[in-house]
Parts: sequence; C-alpha cells; structure tokens
Amino acid sequence: MSEKQILTVENIRTTFSVHKRTLEAVRGVDIHVDEGEFFAVVGESGSGKSVLMKSIMGILPDNAKVTADKMEFAGKDLMSLSSEERRRLRGQEIAMIFQDPMTALNPVKKIGAHLTEVIRRYRKVSKAEAYRLAVEALAKVGIPSPESRMEQYPHEFSGGMRQRVMIAMALSCSPKLLIADEPTTALDVTIQAQILELLKELQERENMSVVLITHDLGVVASTCSRIAVMYCGMIMENGLAREIFYHPQHPYTRALLRAVPKPVTGEKERLEAIPGAAPSLLALPQGCPFQDRCQFACAKCKGELPPVHRYSDTQSARCVFTGEELDRLAKEKKGGNA
Amino acid sequence: MAEKGSVILQADGLKKYFTVRNFLGTSKKYIKAVDGVTLEIRKGEAFGLVGESGCGKSTLGRTLIRMYEPTDGKIIFDGEDITHLKKKALLPYHKRMQIIFQDPYSALDPHQNVREIMDEPLRMNSSMSKKDRDDRIRELLGKVGLSDDALDKYAYEFSGGQRQRIGIARALSVNPDFIMCDEPISALDVSIQAQVVNMLEDLQAEFALTYLFVSHDLSMVRHISNRIGVMYLGSIVEIADNDELYDHPLHPYTQALLSAIPIADPDRAQASKRQIIQGDLPSPLAIPSGCRFHTRCPHATERCRTECPALKKVGEGHQVACHLV
Repeated sequence: MSEKQILTVENIRTTFSVHKRTLEAVRGVDIHVDEGEFFAVVGESGSGKSVLMKSIMGILPDNAKVTADKMEFAGKDLMSLSSEERRRLRGQEIAMIFQDPMTALNPVKKIGAHLTEVIRRYRKVSKAEAYRLAVEALAKVGIPSPESRMEQYPHEFSGGMRQRVMIAMALSCSPKLLIADEPTTALDVTIQAQILELLKELQERENMSVVLITHDLGVVASTCSRIAVMYCGMIMENGLAREIFYHPQHPYTRALLRAVPKPVTGEKERLEAIPGAAPSLLALPQGCPFQDRCQFACAKCKGELPPVHRYSDTQSARCVFTGEELDRLAKEKKGGNA
Repeated sequence: MAEKGSVILQADGLKKYFTVRNFLGTSKKYIKAVDGVTLEIRKGEAFGLVGESGCGKSTLGRTLIRMYEPTDGKIIFDGEDITHLKKKALLPYHKRMQIIFQDPYSALDPHQNVREIMDEPLRMNSSMSKKDRDDRIRELLGKVGLSDDALDKYAYEFSGGQRQRIGIARALSVNPDFIMCDEPISALDVSIQAQVVNMLEDLQAEFALTYLFVSHDLSMVRHISNRIGVMYLGSIVEIADNDELYDHPLHPYTQALLSAIPIADPDRAQASKRQIIQGDLPSPLAIPSGCRFHTRCPHATERCRTECPALKKVGEGHQVACHLV
C-alpha cells in the first residue's frame, strides 16, 4: 500500500444555524486517507460521521458553515476551488454512494439513462460510446444481463441491485476516492456481504481509496484497514483495524466493543450496555462529550477537552487517561466491589 | 396457566396469503407470506425467528397473535384453538399476547402524552380505578427505567431507546404471558441496543414471559433466544436450539445466512471463509417450485427443483427441511 495521502484534512469544523442557534456538528477533526486504502468512520447516529464527509465533499445545505486549517485532495486545496470546480471534482475524482439507493435514483428514468447521463456529463464521448461504457459498468458491479437491465426502471431492481447501480454510477468516471455512506444499512445480511465483497474487490482492482461510513463494527472488521471512531462531532480514537479491535485505548471504543454479543463464541454473558444516551449537540457538556456515560469520568473530564494521547504511529485516543491507566482503574474498581 | 417448558403457542400448517389485484381488479394473485408453518413455542422461552426481509417472519408473528386473520391452518394458544375466534372472544387473548414494534417513532401516538399512551390499554382491559391505574403506570415506567417526569411528556421528547422503553411498558401493562418482539432493536444505536436487550431479559425473568423474537440481527438473536427458527420465503427451513443451530447448521440457507454475519474481529473475519450466497430473495408472488431455496442453493439437484422437502427431525429438537440432509 502506498503511503501517499490522497485526502488530508486538519481541524475541520462544521456548524449549522438552526432557529437562530448554532449547532456544532463537527468539532475540530483531523483525518487523512491514504492512496488505495479502505478507511472507516464509525459512530452512532448524530456523531457527525456523515456531516464530516459531506463537509469535505462540499454538499451541505446553505445553513452550514465549514472551516478548516487545511483541506487538500490529491494536491489541490479544496477551500480555494470555486463551487463549479468543486462540482466537477465531485463527479470525476470523488464519488459518493448513500444508504438508501431508491431515493437517489429517479423513479421515472431508466437505469441506462442514469448511467449514460453521468458518463456524458464528465467525459466527452458519443452516445453510443456512453452506452457501451454504461453496460460495461453494470457488468463490472456484477449485474447479470446488463443490456436488458439498462432498459429497466429503478423499481424493477431489488435493494441490493439498486445499490450496485449506485456503485456503477459512482465508478463510471473512475474516481480516486469513493465515499460510501452506510451503503449496506438498508440491506439484508446476505446482500450486505455481497456489496461489501464487491466494494473491497473494486477498491483493490481499481486501486481506489474508499471511506466507509458506518455504525456497525462488524462490517468494519472484515473490510477496513484503518478506523476512526467518532462521538459527538469528534474523533475519540483512531488507529489500524487491529489496534482498534485488539488494543482499544478509549473508554468509548472499549464500551462499544463490549456492547455487542460475540457471535462466534455465543457466550451467554450479560451484555455490557453503555448507560444513558448521547447528549444533544445543542446542549453538549463542557469538556469530554462522553463524560456522562463513562464509568471512569472524573473532575478532570468536566473542564477542558481531554488531550490526545498517541500510542503508535497510527493509533491515538482523546481521553484524560491513557489505556494503561484505564486498565488499572478498572482493576481497582473490580477489587473495590468484590 | 401452562407449566414452564410446556407448549404455550402452537401453529399447525399455518398460512397467511395476501391478495393482490391489478388496478382493474381483473386478475388476482396471492402473496404467500406464510405458507404452511408448523411450530411450537414453549412457556418461558425466547423463540428467535430469523430470515431476510420479505421472508414472512413478521407476518408469521403477527398472524400467531391474531393481528392478522390466518388464511388456513391452526393456532393453539395455551390449549385453546384461537384460529377462528372473533373480536369479542379474542379480546382476552389479545390481552395475553402483546407486541413490541420495530420503529418506536411510529408506534406511539404523537398527540398523546405518556400517561395517555399507557392509560389506554389499562382502561380497556381492566376495571381499575383511575388512581390505581396511575399507580400502575408509575410502577411500569419504573420497571423500564423511566422516571415519573416522563408522564406528561410526548413521544417526540424522547430518544429512540426511551421510546422503545415506553412501548415495552405499554405491552407489559396488561400482564401478558407472551410478547412478540418485532425487530425491537434494529432501529436503535449499538450502545442502546444492549440496554434494551438486557432489559428484555430482566423482564422475562421477572414476569415469566415467553418471547417470540423476530430479528435479522443474527448475533442478537443467538444472544437472547433459547430456540431459533430460520425462515425462507414463507416457510421454516430449520429449527434448533440456539447453540446447535449456530454450531451445526444443516440447511444450506442457514449456513449461508450465518456465514454472512459480519464478525467484529479482524483476524477471524479475514480467516473465516465466507460462503456468499448469490442472487436475491425471489418474489413471494412467484415462489420457485420444489425447494424454495433451490434457485440460490449451491448444492441443488434435480430432485430439489421438483419436490418440496418436508421439515424432518434430525436430532433432539433439531428439524430441517432439505433433501440433502
């Protein structure tokens, strides 16, 4: 894997003004995506994972305001581009697919028309050539008998097939970066496995970078090499998949991993639930946003934002305690209760 | 009341068809959502029902509690045949069989506050005084971990997890024996799912409840259920105890379904050879002949295309419908 970064973002902040109040959905996030890597942004609903990627894409509504110290894609400064230049970049070099493919497709337009429109918009090709490229794109994402499928309407496709069409549209201009926003959440497990396999295969074959936005840690483990865990608009921890799953350092990451049943062993232990619910973005507590639900919360968590501790070249976590200190505290707690 | 471990709810050749007509009403087709299901649910257990969307698992659950009128077959609840009971005669059974819905956002009336939402089933189903009902509502809210402040709030003021708690409290208010949990956690965040599942387990122990747990989240189903049924296109293809089903799945569909579960462990996920099932669920309007699964089955033979396999016993409590087992 090449070490070159295709996307570098530093200190990005996104605020929305709603009813004369401002709501900060992304609060100072640094992320980068390497060339040809499969990167995941994991978080619960409202954690700001979608808003973060949409801010980078520049596709938020007018009441949103995005600022950043640095936002570079393939050597271009995204913030200095005009909106027209950014729009072209979105079609050709960055593509995005969404959770619900039905709402992203026009119900009265044939699948073929969807594809040829995208192709002819960004490439100077004849109609016949665009048609040929569209059939090729459908075949590439595993749609059987693509010629006859070109003549059908979105409602004649199943959910999984529609998502394949979306991927075909996104890939028709060979983007360098594909952002997939919960692409399998609306699908069954069997179909989810098909789509993930397809994304992984395309990423490797086309040497494209993929950012997968999801709430499902299971999905991430089987596909991604690097993970960022978001909570309330901030990255709480990021690292390689193996680091996050085997050596999580942040209390939130640890709690998330323990809250799901272990499917392979099927241990009949009680699940360790995280108490409470995520705070509203309009009423965030001072300091660490996870403090109200964290079993290790102390006075230090309530004042300023916790510092970021680095654990390796790739792993860091934002917590007042280091992983080792947390281990010790957990042991003391257990001892105290016994 | 039935003893723990005895059969509380039984379905025998149960069918539920929905009629679809074209817009002139000249042709009639049937969606065979539930097509000949025979199963038993035992007192005090949690019976899991899994399958892809559109396989009829929710319809089966709803037909079992007589929310839907069955097309054919028999439903026996606690020794009584309730298949053809009409409204009035059915009321006491509706009280004993409750449901928790998937989407806590649409399951609660937005114009009612929590007190009104909770009061309605109590008023309908008991002769309690207003004061007693009020005490009961407070008690129930306490059981699901909500404080009295919730009473005068409306559904929109709660988070998804809290709404699901209100839905559970409402189902509990009439002292049911049996609760059909229709995908109760799929609309919730991971951190909240565990809260709700733990609570369902506590309530089951406290009130000796029997659950039918319908879900497509296979790891949660394994966690909560004692026995599990796997459904495909309106019929049950395999039933077994939970560990038996996950450790020794026999039906090719069960095997494919289980291997599609995303594993939250990178090494194991990469090491495990996933058999990814090809294609989509066929339309329930045109169910394949013979074994319903033969169009997607990697082992299908000529016999599978013509002859429909029956559910047969292959071990203690393990039944499977496949010619090749």
